Amino acid sequence: MTLTVALRHRLANIEMDLDISVPSGLTVLFGPSGSGKTTVINAVAGLLRPEAGRVAVDGRVLLDTARNIWLPPHRRRLGYIFQESRLFPHLTVRQNLAFGRWFAPREARPESMDSVISMLGLGPHLNRRPGALSGGEKQRVAIGRALLAAPRVILADEPLASLDEARKAEILPYFERLRDEVAVPILYVSHSAAEVARLATTVVVLQEGRVVRQGAAAEVLSDPEVTPLGVRAAGAVLEARVVRHHSDGLSELMAGGQSLLLPHIGQAEGSALRVHIEAHDVMLATERPAAISALNILPGTVREIRMGAGPGALVQVAAGENLILARITRRSVTALGLAPGMPVFAVLKAVSVAKVSVAEPPGIAETG
Amino acid sequence: MDWLGPQEWQAVTLSLRVALWATLFSLPPGILVAVALARWDFPGKQVVNGLVHLPLILPPVVTGYLLLLTFGVRGPVGGALEQVGIVFAFRWTGAALASGVMAFPLMVRAIRLSVEAVDPKLEQAAATLGASRGWVFVTVTLPLILPGIIAGAILAFAKAMGEFGATITFVSNIPGQTQTLASAVYAFLQVPGGEASALRLVAVSVGIAMTALVLSEVLARRVSRRMAGT
Repeated sequence: MTLTVALRHRLANIEMDLDISVPSGLTVLFGPSGSGKTTVINAVAGLLRPEAGRVAVDGRVLLDTARNIWLPPHRRRLGYIFQESRLFPHLTVRQNLAFGRWFAPREARPESMDSVISMLGLGPHLNRRPGALSGGEKQRVAIGRALLAAPRVILADEPLASLDEARKAEILPYFERLRDEVAVPILYVSHSAAEVARLATTVVVLQEGRVVRQGAAAEVLSDPEVTPLGVRAAGAVLEARVVRHHSDGLSELMAGGQSLLLPHIGQAEGSALRVHIEAHDVMLATERPAAISALNILPGTVREIRMGAGPGALVQVAAGENLILARITRRSVTALGLAPGMPVFAVLKAVSVAKVSVAEPPGIAETG
Repeated sequence: MDWLGPQEWQAVTLSLRVALWATLFSLPPGILVAVALARWDFPGKQVVNGLVHLPLILPPVVTGYLLLLTFGVRGPVGGALEQVGIVFAFRWTGAALASGVMAFPLMVRAIRLSVEAVDPKLEQAAATLGASRGWVFVTVTLPLILPGIIAGAILAFAKAMGEFGATITFVSNIPGQTQTLASAVYAFLQVPGGEASALRLVAVSVGIAMTALVLSEVLARRVSRRMAGT
């Protein structure tokens, strides 16, 4: 299933003109605030009428200004997860969950709510009202409510933005499960690089109403061109597999044909996961460093160099099947004489790979 | 309640009946007008707003006289309605109409406030979940404005119970027909030795008003407790 969005719309201070394709899996619509992310998602939902545009899910047209088609929101078969959850205060959790399901076409209606209730751990809360729930619990109900509407596309507008760090960590795994278990495209608006790195299978980067880059997460996040756009914590996202847990507390991982040593990871040997390596935690060397405390030294070749406006530069290195991004100084680029095609060694400090950014990998839902 | 004389008893039951029907009949249009004024943009909105509030500002006698001119047997609307068997003039139905009209602005104001307090984002959320505009109103808006509807209805009921000026002007003061509690108190005060009757009716009036207030308080609290989630 694919969601396609093309639209032109004038906002207060930007002119939007974009064309986006959202495949199955989770697509993060990324960009600084004011770049038009919410406008895109609301145009898909029918909460905003763009001046010109076309929105379709698998050929089913929701909006086409050229043909004068505009489906009202209630006929679009959406599952919209809002930032402020927007649960109905007068209904119990169970009634909130059942709301969308009740309006879904009979043949599409999920047979039972039980699997969603247990997936989101909502069993103990069914008879409570939203007023008695914590922020994290509310957002879980909102996810369930959207899912049970049997949507053709799931929209999420910064669903974690109003939660504190602990609550975010509580909700993130549910979005991972959503991404891996649901076949419909998920369009997820965010300006958090950590969320992008952990959740995205596809990334669309917006700036001032235009698409800067769109493509697979690993490609886009390691692209030096995207980094200056507020992707402060940009860097490589590697798909890895736990090979072995060593007795000295380190875990050995295999990622894209190369071995990595990380502080102990609480996952069984053989299990797959995602590793996020931020650009400023990567050093580059033209010769293999011999006496050095860093454990991970990956041989590769320079793919692209992007000079920043200040003293910094971003270098994209292809190491095995991995794309790694390194943030170094321009002076170092000159000193080392770095140029595309040159063999280099990427040095990562094992301790710099944070545990929170180690997450479940996207599953089979990832298609083109 | 044998401490009330037959004429007093009649006035009390008539007033209850008048107020009840006035409230019930003005609720649907009251909700409609409240929603329209709070949410919709349409030409002539200020005219509607003014018309609704007119009975609040005009002397009640003027409202009663205007009702007589319009809904009297010779009036343009009253004449037409008489053809289909509906007569307001000098009937209890006329008293209900007059008190309903007088209570209408109070009801609309209370409901309108609660409509304005409803977060349209909740209604949007309902729409994205597949609810059409009608269903959104029934499943989200209406339950959320329920406290306002209760408050508006009780306010209107209390106002209708006590309405005097417009009622006596429109349908006069006929015992058993149009003599409501308020007009009965007035009538008893006009005859020598009527003070005792008037005083008893005053007590009843205070009792009904207090009951209505307590009832609205209890209902409103129950609704808001439900929303709070406990």
